[in-house]
Amino acid sequence: MEQISILVAGDSAVTVEFGNCISPEINRRVTGFCESLKASRIKGVVEWVPTFRSVTVFYDPVKISMGKLSERLQGLAGKMNVIRTGRKRVFYIPVCYEEEYGPDMCHVMEHTGLSRQTIIDLHSGRDYLIYMLGFLPGFAYLGGMDERLRTPRLASPKTRIEAGSVGIGDLQTGIYPLSSPGGWQLIGRTPVRPFDERRQKPILYDAGDYIRFVPISGREYREIEIPCNAGNYQCRIEEI
Amino acid sequence: MSGIRIRNGGALTTIQDRGRYGAMAMGFGPSGVMDYKAFRKANALLGNKENEAVLEATLLGPELEFLEDNCFVLTGADMDATLNGEPVPRYQAVSAAKGSILKLGFAVYGVRAYIAFAGGLEVPKVMGSVSTSRKYGLGGLEGRALIPGDQLPFQCPKKKLRHMERRKITPPDFSGKEWEIRVILGLQGEYFTKEGIETFFSTPYTVRSESDRMGYRLDGEPVACKETVDIISDGTVGGAIQIPADGKPIILMADRQTTGGYAKLGAVITADLSLLAQAAPGKRIYFRQVSVEEAQRLLIEENNRYKRLERRINRWL
Repeated sequence: MEQISILVAGDSAVTVEFGNCISPEINRRVTGFCESLKASRIKGVVEWVPTFRSVTVFYDPVKISMGKLSERLQGLAGKMNVIRTGRKRVFYIPVCYEEEYGPDMCHVMEHTGLSRQTIIDLHSGRDYLIYMLGFLPGFAYLGGMDERLRTPRLASPKTRIEAGSVGIGDLQTGIYPLSSPGGWQLIGRTPVRPFDERRQKPILYDAGDYIRFVPISGREYREIEIPCNAGNYQCRIEEI
Repeated sequence: MSGIRIRNGGALTTIQDRGRYGAMAMGFGPSGVMDYKAFRKANALLGNKENEAVLEATLLGPELEFLEDNCFVLTGADMDATLNGEPVPRYQAVSAAKGSILKLGFAVYGVRAYIAFAGGLEVPKVMGSVSTSRKYGLGGLEGRALIPGDQLPFQCPKKKLRHMERRKITPPDFSGKEWEIRVILGLQGEYFTKEGIETFFSTPYTVRSESDRMGYRLDGEPVACKETVDIISDGTVGGAIQIPADGKPIILMADRQTTGGYAKLGAVITADLSLLAQAAPGKRIYFRQVSVEEAQRLLIEENNRYKRLERRINRWL
């Protein structure tokens, strides 16, 4: 039986909590619950936002009361052991780590004491779980970065970071999906657009998916950039 | 296509509709109008569909020229609007001939004014909504505020609407030094001390000038927490009351992020968000606790009032 707490979030939403720490295990329950929610098609539910260890469910109080909704959500959580998500989707994101594409790589080398190649190997050598999307459309909060890469955010954030920039901010790593001000240390860039309005699925991935960074050369970057900008590029996706 | 041409953009004028919903899980904050009641009423008075695009003006309104005949309605804050130099009433349908100049000035009371046009504006949608997010650079006109020279086409202009003289309702009153805003406790409410919560509900808070479409920042007695205000980032809602380390409340509004890492003691009720959106810097706010049931009852009543207005206007179509 899934243990959940339901928190009142104003008059048109509730937050369903699965725990109070960041762990892949709890996050899997979040993802599983969202799948159950999607399949249940509860009338009056407008949308939901999965986060590290909770889901905020938005509803129309004209169509369903909070009491009734909470009952249904408890019911879904109770059945969840049966409806378990098995699949794992990994998105292979090509990243160029060369100097021109990672303006803060030298600073990360200095701070961590690691060589450029070691940083690239550690950063690209594992699958990162997407815990949630937030902050910007398509911005993925990734978990599992090697602690040796940890570098504090910039003392003075940049006013503009290019879309596609890949960075490190303390223990976190991620991709900027849109140009934005930001304070992360930029170590590379991907030509892939995490957010592209022209795509059938505008945001490439969902919370619960995994990302693996694949090192590419500057020449490969410029080659892949063309179909990416045209909206034609299909990055490799593996379902395990 | 003609429509309107902007002669002066005012302090901040953007294209908005009710907001971008259905995309929050992807990280899209909803944006949309800050005063939902003013927005709905403007479209209803013109017989528009409920979610037609409008212009939202902030503090100092825009000046625009009608490139063709159409009818319009002003709602929200009173900005001493004139049409070809003559004062124009709010919350009432008005006819404008080609070449007319509509000019909005400084808000007398309130903060945001809305300009709706009969038949709406033709604006491309992003993820199902025309709402502008300046933070993302998406939606509206190129994801930005309107500037001189911008031209926005009408979808279906009407020189005159039937029963123009009946298309009016009493404008709300945004004067008054103090307002009561109702709140539902919840979320991370138990992160705060009993005294902290009492302080929140018994002392006044003042709207700071740093307040904007992302959030309302308030000055006043700090709300004390038990241990910490840092949480593992979770979902935000419109009206969510974040308490950062200094204890001064921040109320999340239309351009909020979808997730946040500060404890929230609850949320302003949806029915009062429209009023809060009209609280200018310096306005004193008293918070009052209400139940979810009461808040929802108010929403349903408000919805019924709107439906009655809509039916009344559409009876004449």
